[in-house]
Amino acid sequence: MRLLGLGIFAAVIAILPLLFPENYYVTVVGVTMFFNVILAVGLNLFMGYAGQISLGHAAFFGLGAYSSAILTTKFGFNPWLAMGAGVALVWIVSYLVAKPILRLKGHYLAMATLGFGIIIHIFLVQYDTLTGGPDGLSSIPELSIFGWPINSDLRWYAVSATVMLLSILFSLNIVASRHGRALQAVHGSEVAAETMGIDTSRVKVHIFVISAVMAAVTGSLFVHEQAFISPDSCSFFFSIELVTMVVLGGMASTFGAVFGAAILTYLPEFLVVFQDFKVLIFGGILMFIMIFLPEGLFVGLCRLFTHFKQEQKECLTS
Amino acid sequence: MLTIKNLHTRYGPIPVLKNVSLHVKQGEIVALIGTNGAGKTTLLTTISGLLKPVKGSIQFDGVTITKKSPSEIVALGLSQVPEGRQIFTPLTVEENLELGAYQRTSRNDGKAVSKDLEAVYSLFPRLKERRKQVAGTLSGGEQQMLAIGRAFMAKPKMLLLDEPSLGLAPKLVDSIMKTIVSLNQEQGLTILIVEQNARKALAISHRAYVLETGKIVLQGSSEELIEDSEIKRAYLGKDYATITER
Ligand SMILES: Nc1ncnc2c1ncn2[C@@H]1O[C@H](COP(=O)(O)OP(=O)(O)O)[C@@H](O)[C@H]1O
Ligand SMILES: [Mg+2]
Repeated sequence: MRLLGLGIFAAVIAILPLLFPENYYVTVVGVTMFFNVILAVGLNLFMGYAGQISLGHAAFFGLGAYSSAILTTKFGFNPWLAMGAGVALVWIVSYLVAKPILRLKGHYLAMATLGFGIIIHIFLVQYDTLTGGPDGLSSIPELSIFGWPINSDLRWYAVSATVMLLSILFSLNIVASRHGRALQAVHGSEVAAETMGIDTSRVKVHIFVISAVMAAVTGSLFVHEQAFISPDSCSFFFSIELVTMVVLGGMASTFGAVFGAAILTYLPEFLVVFQDFKVLIFGGILMFIMIFLPEGLFVGLCRLFTHFKQEQKECLTS
Repeated sequence: MLTIKNLHTRYGPIPVLKNVSLHVKQGEIVALIGTNGAGKTTLLTTISGLLKPVKGSIQFDGVTITKKSPSEIVALGLSQVPEGRQIFTPLTVEENLELGAYQRTSRNDGKAVSKDLEAVYSLFPRLKERRKQVAGTLSGGEQQMLAIGRAFMAKPKMLLLDEPSLGLAPKLVDSIMKTIVSLNQEQGLTILIVEQNARKALAISHRAYVLETGKIVLQGSSEELIEDSEIKRAYLGKDYATITER
């Protein structure tokens, strides 16, 4: 059932560029959407399944992106090596941050992650000898796979789609495993989870680090695709955008996160008003969903179309 | 099997347990009774490691567990059925039970785990019928069965039960109590049961302790305690009156 969904999704993604190889919405916006999907799927593991909150997720995306940008342009690193270094950095930073931060709950956790995101953002703006300051960094070299340069929209489409499908598969597997159930147990009741012998703080730290590393990889790919990065790409607002994607699709549903990321990538492309009132509209969407569809759009629709209790559960595990 | 000596626990500055000592021998059912707010739940959560005592020691199966984490304590064979059941409502019955065996599945204990799953199902046929059902849709009694079954899945040597009869209809209370006795007699589990329903707890236990505002004020064999005039007055009062009227 879950893999069937993924199979259909993969088929659609494979066919679209064959039908519309030159279409801007397919091969250009599509890549942005795939990046957003990876970010949302990763954040959903932490938010939706483990029931935590992060308002600073863009910081990990930014650290991954800037690691690649700085190491390749200023230190002549091989792009893959730079990506590895970025992942290692985010691994360590997220682990160190997670230990103290994840003791907090609710509003306090929200504030702490928010603060972390802002600190990283300020660092990227202020430390301009390394980061290029508010102007950012450009002329970032292209990525190539065994001498096959990823230098066209179509090639980026293929690469980002592959990474995205792998991340969805990864998420589905985690959720169906005992680790996934442990996450949901932590979400349900930390006391009860502890009495099962689940080390709740370890479980939370693990999933936080996993979702941070997913963001770092995405940041690194993004920077090579755009050949440019500035602090605007990893600001507080981007963190909120990611949270909105997860909430819109429906927390604790991998395909919900995919759905939310897809909608919030394409909506601004089609609605011009979106550009001017982005912040306002995102805020409005968040409020609307929280009040009227607390389970999210995807899970809500899924429930509408499935009448059996058993299948309804699939809405939450897929 | 469990020995607690001079235990003191507090929430911040407020002392809750004051110099509590008790023991449970292997194979026993021991009841801990006391009114609301006496500190019964606090005692159980201190034993299972969720709360750290200020003073005193707890020994389980020859190991000092005073400073151990909850997951280490579960690994040693001491499992708690928390107050208010605390089952995981969005998960299915079977997933809840599998979570009970969380530590064992990491040790590749697969075969033994599925055997214990069958044991839980034969203990609670109702759960078997509802194995694929989301746990949030179970009735109160079924949720209590699930909570007990889930703790059993950790393959404990000893169970801590916190008010298993809370909020259940009298008929269900009897069936839960019967299950507890069979866990003790057939599965060989040592049990420490906390109850406000003193009459039921004394009826199934070998020995009992009475906790009042954080102190053990009485202890003895359950047979003796059920005849104790002080107990009758304080804990069996209402039921006692109805019996004498007959
Ligand atoms: N988390 C807590 N923080 C502060 N005080 C608490 C907390 N939990 C319980 N207490 C207090 O500790 C005392 C004992 O509570 P508890 O152990 O739950 O009693 P019982 O289970 O016997 O009804 C009560 O006075 C209660 O108000
Ligand atoms: Mg209590």
